[in-house]
Amino acid sequence: MGWAGKILRVDLAKGSCTPEPLNAKWAAEYLGQRGLASKYLATEIDPKVDPLSPANKLIFATGPLTGTAASTGGRYSVITKGPLTGAIACSNSGGYWGPELKNAGWDMIIFEGKAKKPVYLFLEDDRAELVPAGDLWGQTVWATEAAIRAKHQDPQIRVSAIGKAGEMGVMFACIVNDQHRAAGRSGVGAVMGSKNLKAVAVRGSQGVRVRDAKAFFEATTKGKATLAANPVTGQGLTTYGTNILMNVINEVGALPTRNHRDVQFEGARKISAEAMHEKRPTDGKANLVHNQACFGCTIACGRMSQLDKGHFTVVNRPQYWGASGGLEYENAWSLGAAAGIDDLEALTFANFLCNEHGIDPISFGATLGAAMELYDMGVITTKETGGIELKFGSAQALATLVELTGKAEGFGKELGLGSKRLCAKYGHPELSMSVKGQEFPAYDSRGIQGMGLTYATSNRGACHLRSYTVASEVLGTPVKTDPLATEGKAALVKAFQDATAAVDSSGLCVFTTFGWTLDDIAPQIDAALPGGWTTQRLLDVGERVWNLERQFNLAAGLTAKDDTLPKRLLTEPAKTGPAKGKVNELGKMLPEYYELRGWSKDGVPNKDTLKRLGL
Amino acid sequence: MQRSLMIEPVKCTGCKQCEMACSMTHEGVFNPARSRIRVFEFHAEARFVPYTCTQCAQAWCQQACPVEAISVDAATGAKVVKEARCVGCKVCTIACPFGTVNYVRATGKVAKCDLCGGDPACAKACPTQAITYVDSDWTGLERMRAWAAKATATA
Repeated sequence: MGWAGKILRVDLAKGSCTPEPLNAKWAAEYLGQRGLASKYLATEIDPKVDPLSPANKLIFATGPLTGTAASTGGRYSVITKGPLTGAIACSNSGGYWGPELKNAGWDMIIFEGKAKKPVYLFLEDDRAELVPAGDLWGQTVWATEAAIRAKHQDPQIRVSAIGKAGEMGVMFACIVNDQHRAAGRSGVGAVMGSKNLKAVAVRGSQGVRVRDAKAFFEATTKGKATLAANPVTGQGLTTYGTNILMNVINEVGALPTRNHRDVQFEGARKISAEAMHEKRPTDGKANLVHNQACFGCTIACGRMSQLDKGHFTVVNRPQYWGASGGLEYENAWSLGAAAGIDDLEALTFANFLCNEHGIDPISFGATLGAAMELYDMGVITTKETGGIELKFGSAQALATLVELTGKAEGFGKELGLGSKRLCAKYGHPELSMSVKGQEFPAYDSRGIQGMGLTYATSNRGACHLRSYTVASEVLGTPVKTDPLATEGKAALVKAFQDATAAVDSSGLCVFTTFGWTLDDIAPQIDAALPGGWTTQRLLDVGERVWNLERQFNLAAGLTAKDDTLPKRLLTEPAKTGPAKGKVNELGKMLPEYYELRGWSKDGVPNKDTLKRLGL
Repeated sequence: MQRSLMIEPVKCTGCKQCEMACSMTHEGVFNPARSRIRVFEFHAEARFVPYTCTQCAQAWCQQACPVEAISVDAATGAKVVKEARCVGCKVCTIACPFGTVNYVRATGKVAKCDLCGGDPACAKACPTQAITYVDSDWTGLERMRAWAAKATATA
């Protein structure tokens, strides 16, 4: 009920696939997906393990609502120890792959060890088989999907795969399903590559059951009506996608520009959602063709874009002339403002290639921005770049380097280290705009103070999806707070972190929380699962998950010293906009946060806290 | 009044709520693989197209069935498979020019859209009104209205 009740354990070294029952006790405590898979990972691996060694494990996990008619009930997550960060990694993806796995009768797959030669897993309901993938090694994500469908003569197979970047150990390689949905961050794709695992191909036809179908229909129908009536989830995201934020965040003065040198981008308008709707002067067509939903989603924020065939990036390259996944806010920012580039078509092209080769556009774009700063300072020259002029604002450099990075060739191989390792290599570690080795997303914490605390304390390194206080500080959901104030932010961050950890464990998309609180979500989960699920129980799950992840990271060797921000954000004031003169005042928020969490001054969970959460 | 399912692909986002509503209604389980309406993705064109039985007035499937397992629901006009009578010979699946009647291995019978007895779950579940249930004699009404509005606006 809700859960399929079954997991698949794949020993890649032995080549064995073994089903086992889902640990029901853990499921009752950790719900599913992020929480439950983190419990399995933390129990089964040594936190000190080298992320790219066979001793690390890689878990693909669905939630109890994955594959149901709950709005956005189509998510899955990949959980492992991340190579980019050395911390626990949990990357969440939509599309159709997760529901297919659930429909095949599985809650999760745990991959162990390393295959002697490249393989992919083929799952058809109960039947699991490791198939040689020597012919697929070196292929792109897109080509891999097409080849697997052709080989099994089944166009309905769903594929989650890595590109060459994952095979070559690009530190921010991701895992991509359905062409352009990705378990994007922390380098989960590099872990998959290190295991010689090319893809997971799934076909399911068993169905997903819920505890009380009538109550579930009522709760999910009510939930959908709430999302439809909400201006963000009912109109804004549907019409404009997440990139509706580009102009908003620029106005707020929190749009990180040119490796966070600036907080406002003069070209923001040109790479905004509004610009994606406008007809191009060159061919009279708009960049945006249509919106697309992930499985079960009634918001449909996904973008489908088509390039101008005459644009320099795709002239004589018809394979990129069709529609594919368009720019979301994060990608428009990272491929654009982060490197000072305002060419919408070039950004869209780079986004296509990130998906095709399987690299995280956030970390890629941010690392490119850092490399451009090093070039600007004369630390890196055309000698290192192989002749590429790495100037801020260069769409040409972006187009060339996204391909080289995706294939781990030339200077792209250096970018593939991620900004932390790249900047350290060239003697300027302070220029890496990252926390715990993971690059910032698209919000400058000098202009949105709560995001500084969010980034510093995120268990997977800098990330906006662990506590999106932007909702409160900028958009006013559920209550408006002052983005420049630090008072009350510790409590706000904790509340967002716990609620988000619960949502990430359910199978739902975190974007629903623009319109839903846990009060809207609890009845849907309760109708799907036995055991009685309330808002409070979900909050407890969220807090338990957060502390479990924290415990894992502490055991991995991270400490309170890692809960910090780059010097630039703490000492160099914002130059323009509403936050002009401001730095992030992390020091005012962090001690209060530790206290609210029930952690010591050194950021270690107290015994009482652990006991209360059953850890 | 008899009604028909009207499908407007341009409004479809590919969310598959219709497939889940269909499978839950007929099979008691969320299972797109058992849905009688299917959403097709034409990725390079960014088009999503729901497709199901159009309930032909003179239905190939019904005429081909050797055991008269397909009959007309007088209230809705739907061509309905009587499972008890179906022998799983699959002749109807060959006869149907549109592919909308299909064999189900799990039951050994065929399955097709039956308009849910006059209250189709897919149309109710569609969040974008890409699937609606409208007067069979006037499936073009809204398109006519749109053109009429345009004509008066430019007049």
